Amino acid sequence: MFYLTEILGLPVYDSLGTKAGRIGELAVALGTQPPRVAMLLLEGEKGKVPSAVPLEAMATLTGSEIRLRIPKEEIRPFHPDESLLLLRKDLLDQQIIDVHGRKVVRVNDLTLEQRPWNHHTELLLHEVDIGLRGALHRLLTGAVPKALLRKLEAHLKPAVISWEFVNLIESDPHRRVKLNISHHLLTKLHPADLADIVEELSHKERQAIIAALDDVTAAEALSEVDPRMQVSIVESMDTSRAADIVEEMPPDAAADLLGDLSEETSSELLEDMGQKEAAELGELLEFHEKSAGGLMNTDYVAIPSACDVQTARSLIASNSEFPKSFNMVFLMDEEGKFAGAVTLPKLIFTLPSEKMLGLRSEPMLSVPADAPEQEVVELFDKYNLLSLPVLDPEQRILGVITVDDIVSLLRKKR
Amino acid sequence: MNLLRKWKTQILIFLAVVGPGIITANVDNDAGGILTYSQAGAKFGYSLLWTLIPITVALIVVQEMVARMGVVTGKGLADLIREEFGFRMTFFLMLMLLIADLGNTISEFAGLASGMSVLGVSRYLAVPAGAFIVWALVVRGTYRTVEKVFLLACFFYASYPLSAYLAHPSWKLALVNTVKPSFHFDAPYLYMLIGLVGTTIAPWMQFYLQSAVVEKGISPKDYFHSRLDVIVGCILTDVVAFFIILACAVTIFATGPRDVVDPGDAAIALRPLAGQAASWLFAFGLCNASLFSAAILPLATAYYVCEGLGFESGINKKFREAPAFYSLYTALILVGALAVILLREAYQIPIIMLSQVINGILLPFVLIFMLRLANNEELMGAYRNTRFLNVIAWTTCLVVIALTMILVLSTVFPGYFK
Repeated sequence: MFYLTEILGLPVYDSLGTKAGRIGELAVALGTQPPRVAMLLLEGEKGKVPSAVPLEAMATLTGSEIRLRIPKEEIRPFHPDESLLLLRKDLLDQQIIDVHGRKVVRVNDLTLEQRPWNHHTELLLHEVDIGLRGALHRLLTGAVPKALLRKLEAHLKPAVISWEFVNLIESDPHRRVKLNISHHLLTKLHPADLADIVEELSHKERQAIIAALDDVTAAEALSEVDPRMQVSIVESMDTSRAADIVEEMPPDAAADLLGDLSEETSSELLEDMGQKEAAELGELLEFHEKSAGGLMNTDYVAIPSACDVQTARSLIASNSEFPKSFNMVFLMDEEGKFAGAVTLPKLIFTLPSEKMLGLRSEPMLSVPADAPEQEVVELFDKYNLLSLPVLDPEQRILGVITVDDIVSLLRKKR
Repeated sequence: MNLLRKWKTQILIFLAVVGPGIITANVDNDAGGILTYSQAGAKFGYSLLWTLIPITVALIVVQEMVARMGVVTGKGLADLIREEFGFRMTFFLMLMLLIADLGNTISEFAGLASGMSVLGVSRYLAVPAGAFIVWALVVRGTYRTVEKVFLLACFFYASYPLSAYLAHPSWKLALVNTVKPSFHFDAPYLYMLIGLVGTTIAPWMQFYLQSAVVEKGISPKDYFHSRLDVIVGCILTDVVAFFIILACAVTIFATGPRDVVDPGDAAIALRPLAGQAASWLFAFGLCNASLFSAAILPLATAYYVCEGLGFESGINKKFREAPAFYSLYTALILVGALAVILLREAYQIPIIMLSQVINGILLPFVLIFMLRLANNEELMGAYRNTRFLNVIAWTTCLVVIALTMILVLSTVFPGYFK
């Protein structure tokens, strides 16, 4: 196992024993898992193009030198290839996303493994070192004898990430395609963790990550990002993509975001969105920020009050999507008015033949859209609620306020 | 309704962007600043006034570069240095800066001790109390509100122009000396000169400014506002410096040039304005400046050192999540405070001066890194340095390096340059 920094700078000798140069860079092809080193680049003289040797031409690699199987004359200049990752330039000391640890980290060093393959050896990218061991190695290599260094390092706990959990950050979209960087690993992260990661990156990198995510993941992550940053991210995106993402966001988060944007941008976005979504958001925006209407979400599940449990279950199960924080089903009478709420646990534990009306939570709680947020918070606390419906003056359901919004509200107040 | 909203957003953008430069400018006038400028006036009279214009120009160039890098790359200075120059260089730079910043922290607490001693409070009480307040303030997170209070108290600096005016200086002489350079090759003069550069263009401030700009999330579009903010901040700093030097020149130098040995000496500069209360006024200003900087400086240092070396950092994280950051911060405050408590009182002011000179000596190193970064086309694109900026920045570098070498030679071989 070699550290990248051990290999960089090693002298290279050709098949006849003549020195051909020193290793300046390693170029890696990302297609395989784990990625393999494709080319060794030799340091060129200042101003000249470096020369490159395909890995197959390497005969031996030791801690002090590299020997090739070909003579010096056969070494060609390097043709820059955008599909190859350059380890020193693109990876060393740069930031990457650690999907396993769910954060942004900086690469201190890389470890590479040698593996025999097909009459010669392969160099594979093994792990990324982000901890003290790599840092110490970088610092003391060359200054301290290898044996002593290895001994010191043995005392330190390694902090490494296996390559499979690494997600590269590349600001240039063109290069991203060439390098085949996909962010499917990121989609597995919880939106809140993804939001944390996005918040830690620089402006360009942030745009790059969001551009590469699909609309749904981007929308979920964006809802969890700090409001100020949300605004700056959306303002920097082109309108149609922004509209696509905002459409996928939960309506209350989307309404908050639109409220924070400039007039111009928010009307542009509303224009670009689907009719239905735009209308919904337009309605939400009418409500004062600090009222029940401003807190609520227009996604909820409501079924006719005359149903029995079995019908209710099948009606609910027939939905392909669920609102976030779905924990209560609302009942509507024949006139479409609010007739009570049933918590989901009751729906699971009751016999199928029971009537929904009998499972309603008592008392029937609701708030009007203009109720001040303080009142809403008090109701949640008093009755230990998870959800609270918001009704219009005719007792029809406008939306629902869920407990996660209350928690965020309370934290902001502190 | 629409019109009101638009106005509100405009003002908010301006206020949000106006900030880093003005704040940095005020932090620049810390204990080291006040005392270095006082010394310049007390010991050398008007003869160092000419340095202010070149130093202001250099300050504007440097800070604008740093703000621009922050806006364009969205990353802190330590991050950029790490990414472009690698771990080893970053490590050594951080080490040097850490030592310099420790000196600066000591100087802030020394300033606090000095100021408090005028008010009759012993340093054995003042320094631990100050250290604790500062540490608790930052760790508890109520720093932002306190920042506002500190900034308000910075109106103290207005007392210098008033005092200088009341002292009836020879305005003609002052103006002549502001534009006409006079130069001596002796060690004390050079020491003072480097100290002036170091206290005005302190390396740690560049890191702080870039991080503040990044945190505000200023995009290249809003850059114009932040550029203005930076320039105004720099000019403000040096206007204050001008009046401090002037006031001390008229009140102290005129009656007999001497070193500022204790805060009472420096307070004389405020006599024309405040009479007997001069020392109280001065003590108040000094304590305010010291506490403010003692709150910001160790924090900024901990942030950028962790950033450069790749440790987790952030006030919003718990100790467990960012151990290196919190340890570094606490250590800086502890060692800084301890050093001041254990030091003999007579050494306080010389140490303050020395820390500013160290700043000056380190400045070229940081500048060289900054220049390489700001000229990097890949990094900065269309926003990279113009030739004019490069000329000024490189000149500043070379001049300071030259001054340092001459200083060293003059100290080792006194009289060499006579």
